[in-house]
Amino acid sequence: MSILVIAEHDNSSLKQATLNVVAAAKAVGGDIDVLVAGENCGAVGEDAAKIEGVNKVLVADNAAYGHFLAENLSLLVADLGKNYGHIFAVAGTTGKDFMPRVAALLDVAQVSDIIRVESEDTFVRPIYAGNAIATVKSSDDIKVVTVRPTAFDPVAGEGGSASVETVDGAHDAGTSSFVSEQLAESDRPDLGSAGIVISGGRGMQNGENFQMLEKVADLLGAAVGASRAAVDAGFVPNDMQVGQTGKIVAPQLYIAVGISGAIQHLAGMSDSKVIVAINKDEEAPIFQVADYGLVADLFEAVPQLEEELKKVL
Amino acid sequence: MKVLVAVKRVIDYNVKVRVKPDNTGVDLANVKMAMNPFCEIAVEEAVRLKEKGVATEIVVVSIGPKAAQEQIRTALALGADRGIHVETDEEVQSLEAAKLLKAVVDKEEPKLVILGKQSIDTDNNQTGQMLAALAGMAQGTFASEVVVEGEKVNVTREVDGGLVTVSLNLPAVVTTDLRLNEPRYASLPNIMKAKKKPLDNMSPADLGVDVAPRLSTLKVEAPAARQAGIKVADVAELVDKLKNEAKVI
Repeated sequence: MSILVIAEHDNSSLKQATLNVVAAAKAVGGDIDVLVAGENCGAVGEDAAKIEGVNKVLVADNAAYGHFLAENLSLLVADLGKNYGHIFAVAGTTGKDFMPRVAALLDVAQVSDIIRVESEDTFVRPIYAGNAIATVKSSDDIKVVTVRPTAFDPVAGEGGSASVETVDGAHDAGTSSFVSEQLAESDRPDLGSAGIVISGGRGMQNGENFQMLEKVADLLGAAVGASRAAVDAGFVPNDMQVGQTGKIVAPQLYIAVGISGAIQHLAGMSDSKVIVAINKDEEAPIFQVADYGLVADLFEAVPQLEEELKKVL
Repeated sequence: MKVLVAVKRVIDYNVKVRVKPDNTGVDLANVKMAMNPFCEIAVEEAVRLKEKGVATEIVVVSIGPKAAQEQIRTALALGADRGIHVETDEEVQSLEAAKLLKAVVDKEEPKLVILGKQSIDTDNNQTGQMLAALAGMAQGTFASEVVVEGEKVNVTREVDGGLVTVSLNLPAVVTTDLRLNEPRYASLPNIMKAKKKPLDNMSPADLGVDVAPRLSTLKVEAPAARQAGIKVADVAELVDKLKNEAKVI
């Protein structure tokens, strides 16, 4: 059976996480088709055709899909997906929004946020905020699956030569419409896919102090994150939150500054390759997962870190 | 307008989760249980809508064992008007929960259904969306603001990268994110009053829904423990280790 992967994109370019999902699909085996649904998204279709190992790209270009409204997207994906054995999407806020609708329309279960493929019907996923890891088997004919992108190494985004087909018509449920969006403008890499992440917690004391982290982040080409405590305290917006209720990250290097290390935060970052913790409380639980711990006042250590990095980078 | 809120009984979020030695699941024996935190936010939002005069009646529904009545009573103490308990001792997965809720929606015909975005046990993040699809309703998931205007509801959603606001035709489904509100605590007089509020009991069979699970859990394991590393003396040593030992900068 073949696999339908739903591309994640912003109508102009393909999001890297799509490559991680294609990698997960490859682990299942079989032909992989990629659906690009959006508005004026032809360039994304061309990007998707270059992904290594993709058989065919389907482009559904219509105003109904322009803002990725789940009501419309799910009708399209369920319609196309009924001919596939698996439907895979990124476990981001878009995939989490429309995929359960697809599963319900197809009358199948969904397997959420998988971190490993055991076989074509068996997947591994975290439960209880990552405090337990479940292996689950689906008995449905169509497996509707969302994939945690950081758990799979991406396939190459270049070198493929898939055919591109247009999907005609539109599924418009007519029940919802887009009003507005406020997306954070940033030159820094996306938190979910950055190679280095530096995050601040309650110890940062206020939002202005995050500028210290931003200076270090700009030296390292890193993204800036935050703990839920820092978000709840109003220091920074919620889209910066790393943790069970925020973003799950697994960068090469994660630097936790003034973060105590609550379970809910660890659930979002403990798969990082190297973890650094800077905290003045040497009993802080974050040190139990850190590869390198520095017991220090962050208001001294972070400016020093900036100076030391300038010397070696 | 009538608002339906679904709540789930889960392990209390403060409890340290332990995997059973035989790897069949998580140990729930003698563990403190509570209302799922995202469901508390859903109840709070419904109560605020009632306080604003937007909602006229709040019906709270929970699917689960007899003890799930505790969570329904909690919601009643917080301001819901009556409860529905769909009682079953079987494991009910997201799709089947959505089908049960769809059956309740067909009977109650609410204008708005509010659920938590996910439960902190299975972390699936599915039921609200599945219910919306089965009922043919629009959905506003991961809501941080809900504004009812006539026959529509505007929902501001927490998405990767920021916020998106959508306008939904009513009836609609909303799932709550953390920043939607801060739930209140129930007062003692309200807890006493809640005991007298009506609570209907029914079974999945009464609703005509087969709750046999589609997913089987083969095993549940503890995550691989991360080893604590070393403490460094100062920032210079830290940068040296990152560059020359870990080779990540």
